[in-house]
Amino acid sequence: MQGFMYPNEVELQWSILIVLYPYITGLVAGAFILASLARIFNIAAVRPIYRLSLLTALAFLLVAPLPLQLHLGHPERSFEMYLTPHRTSAMAMFGFVYLWYLLVVLLLEIWLDYRGDIVLAARSRRGPMKWIYSALTLGSYNIAPESRRIDDTVGWVVTLIGIPSAFLLHGYVGFIFGSVKANPWWSTPLMPVVFLFSAMVSGIAMVLLVYRVSMWLRRREPDTACLDTVARYLLYIFLIDFSLEMLDLVHRMYEASESFRTLDFMVHTKLFGSQVVLQIWLGTLLPIALLAVTQVIRLSVPARRRLYTAAAALTLVGIFAMRWNVVIGGQLFSKSFLGYTTYKMDFATREGLLPAIALMILPFAILWVLLKLLPPWREKAA
Amino acid sequence: MKPPPSNDLNRRDLLAGFGKFIILSGAARVALEAATTGVPPPDADKYKAAQHWWAMTIDVGRCIGCGNCVRACTKENGVPAGYFRTWVERYHVNDADLEHPVVESPNGGFDGFKPKQESAGKSFFVPKLCNHCVDSPCVQSCPVGATFESPDGVVLVDEKYCLGCRYCIQACPYGCRYLHPTKKTADKCSLCYHRITKGLTTACCEACPTGARQLANLKNPADPVHEFLRSNTVQVLKPHMATRPKVFYKDLDGAVR
Amino acid sequence: MKTLLREAGHLVRLATLGALLLILFLLVRRAVVPPSFGKYGHYRAASLEEIAARPASFAGREACEACHDDIATMKREARHARLGCEACHGALAAHAEDPSSNKATKPDTATLCVRCHEADSAKPKWFPQVVSSEHMGDVPCGSCHNPHKPKV
Repeated sequence: MQGFMYPNEVELQWSILIVLYPYITGLVAGAFILASLARIFNIAAVRPIYRLSLLTALAFLLVAPLPLQLHLGHPERSFEMYLTPHRTSAMAMFGFVYLWYLLVVLLLEIWLDYRGDIVLAARSRRGPMKWIYSALTLGSYNIAPESRRIDDTVGWVVTLIGIPSAFLLHGYVGFIFGSVKANPWWSTPLMPVVFLFSAMVSGIAMVLLVYRVSMWLRRREPDTACLDTVARYLLYIFLIDFSLEMLDLVHRMYEASESFRTLDFMVHTKLFGSQVVLQIWLGTLLPIALLAVTQVIRLSVPARRRLYTAAAALTLVGIFAMRWNVVIGGQLFSKSFLGYTTYKMDFATREGLLPAIALMILPFAILWVLLKLLPPWREKAA
Repeated sequence: MKPPPSNDLNRRDLLAGFGKFIILSGAARVALEAATTGVPPPDADKYKAAQHWWAMTIDVGRCIGCGNCVRACTKENGVPAGYFRTWVERYHVNDADLEHPVVESPNGGFDGFKPKQESAGKSFFVPKLCNHCVDSPCVQSCPVGATFESPDGVVLVDEKYCLGCRYCIQACPYGCRYLHPTKKTADKCSLCYHRITKGLTTACCEACPTGARQLANLKNPADPVHEFLRSNTVQVLKPHMATRPKVFYKDLDGAVR
Repeated sequence: MKTLLREAGHLVRLATLGALLLILFLLVRRAVVPPSFGKYGHYRAASLEEIAARPASFAGREACEACHDDIATMKREARHARLGCEACHGALAAHAEDPSSNKATKPDTATLCVRCHEADSAKPKWFPQVVSSEHMGDVPCGSCHNPHKPKV
């Protein structure tokens, strides 16, 4: 501890797990936005990754509550949020937003889109897989064109509702931080918007990487037009995200309110590595520059792909750093504005680095299972 | 055509009247018994929340930084070492630099303070605790209703219901909450609710040698708090947070954070 | 309409499943939410009683005066009138409850008094304070001062 902190403030309350949580829900929102580009905005070029985006979103959404459960003092009481939600609490309402998004948007849309394949698989497979697919049919084997047309219409409506729902899902996480008046690092009306746009950026980057990796594993060529379009959207949204973050910064510097000096000092010292170097230079400016290069200079396909991959990877690191800077940064300074503390991250404890790493690997394991269960690609008949 | 209202007693009126008679006669019987035998009715000394709106007054000019309050609170409430339901801060304000007071609170003031003799500037002690805010941001933020304001104005934590999400700890502008290391629930000053509902004062007020800390009941017209608030320069901590705290400080210096 | 129902049978099944889950949730909620919840506000009213029932460690000054009237009288007229007994003697509710089995201890004036009376520039000027090393050296305060009537 440096300087003075209220005695109860020295120990951080929210750990790396709470950094992971907005990161993961952000990836969900971003992946879904890509899917909606295909379905609602009819951008044909991104059609090849429509299903992949949905499955990626699902894999991450299923993991999202886990860091929270590990963090809670009494995870066995977490269901209380659904039993007696306190309507004045942003956190309580989020439980319902999450459930809505999981059930009514994501699972429903995936089910409606895949129903044809599910029924076919239920009929043709044998053994335990047959039971799984049969259960997923909900007992209805009707995949006649009229029925599928209904699925298509309802699915379209679900995706349409899904867009504001995705905004709500991640904007809400931003609101959970942004509405805490006690913490000047968090308390800004810009927080939900910044979270949302950085979520979209991270989600798009993640789907781009997942697409490249899965195509590479399948020894197939990724669709160039698709990659080009995804990269272009990544750039546009990144520019908006960067502008919002700069707006927040400039606003703080200009207003120079009570907390400014203490926060400014913190950014220049304790958060310099994670905020200035990792988040801004390497995680935002560099990927924007790389993507901008691909838009301005005519490069060969392999060169473009390499730049896209690099930009996407840097983006993912940068957005993680952004979540770190918000959550951890908000707890490093004292509310007396007279001191600072340090975050001591453990390794193999419940809230340590090891479970955090495991939780970041888990969505990929789930995605692998989902890709096997519900392959996004229709194999051409031999 | 509606029939005109009847002046006769209908059955409902009769039953209501009879019921009232039974209840009132029962009450009358008890009161009569009390008046004649001198034995108070069983409920007379039971604590009535509706007659209390708890607050605290702190006279900064009387605090000597002995740390008795911190030790007493720890003993009374089983506060774990390293965590604080109440604590004392020592301020040293240099005339030239009002923006940067030198503040310390070694172990929350539990062991008192190392004596210092400063020549320039001014020094003083400030005890702090949960302000039992009327518009408490911690109560607002609790997702399940595990922290709440009691009907008599005390902000409490239901340790059987708290999930340990720590959102309330983040929401408190005063740093008065912590996570109990073994119970894994949020914890903070309870204004010694178990004492004040039995006619005792809080442990910190009991232990304070100079009477700097005083428990107050704003609903009691005879409580000294009313005179205190009327005749002194009184402040609350962080008024710009609009939490409506109920701990009132006399002669709180502007340098206090 | 009949065609629509036939073609959308799977959606009807899904809606039914959803409705069943909702009903299940409402039933679980009825069974599991604590009965006193919501009585006074959005919290478990029973916790008020639970918190109020916690045991006290400090007895409070009135409890001491009941038995130790002589000391109380002496102290009432003296400089330490404002101090509660337990401010120096520690938590004594157990002693007040059962004096024979729970003995109170006499604090050591060599270490007790300086906690309040050691000079410090942050202490109010009117408060009696001394630099103990200059005032009496190693001599315990109790040698000259009666804690219940400290003025010499």
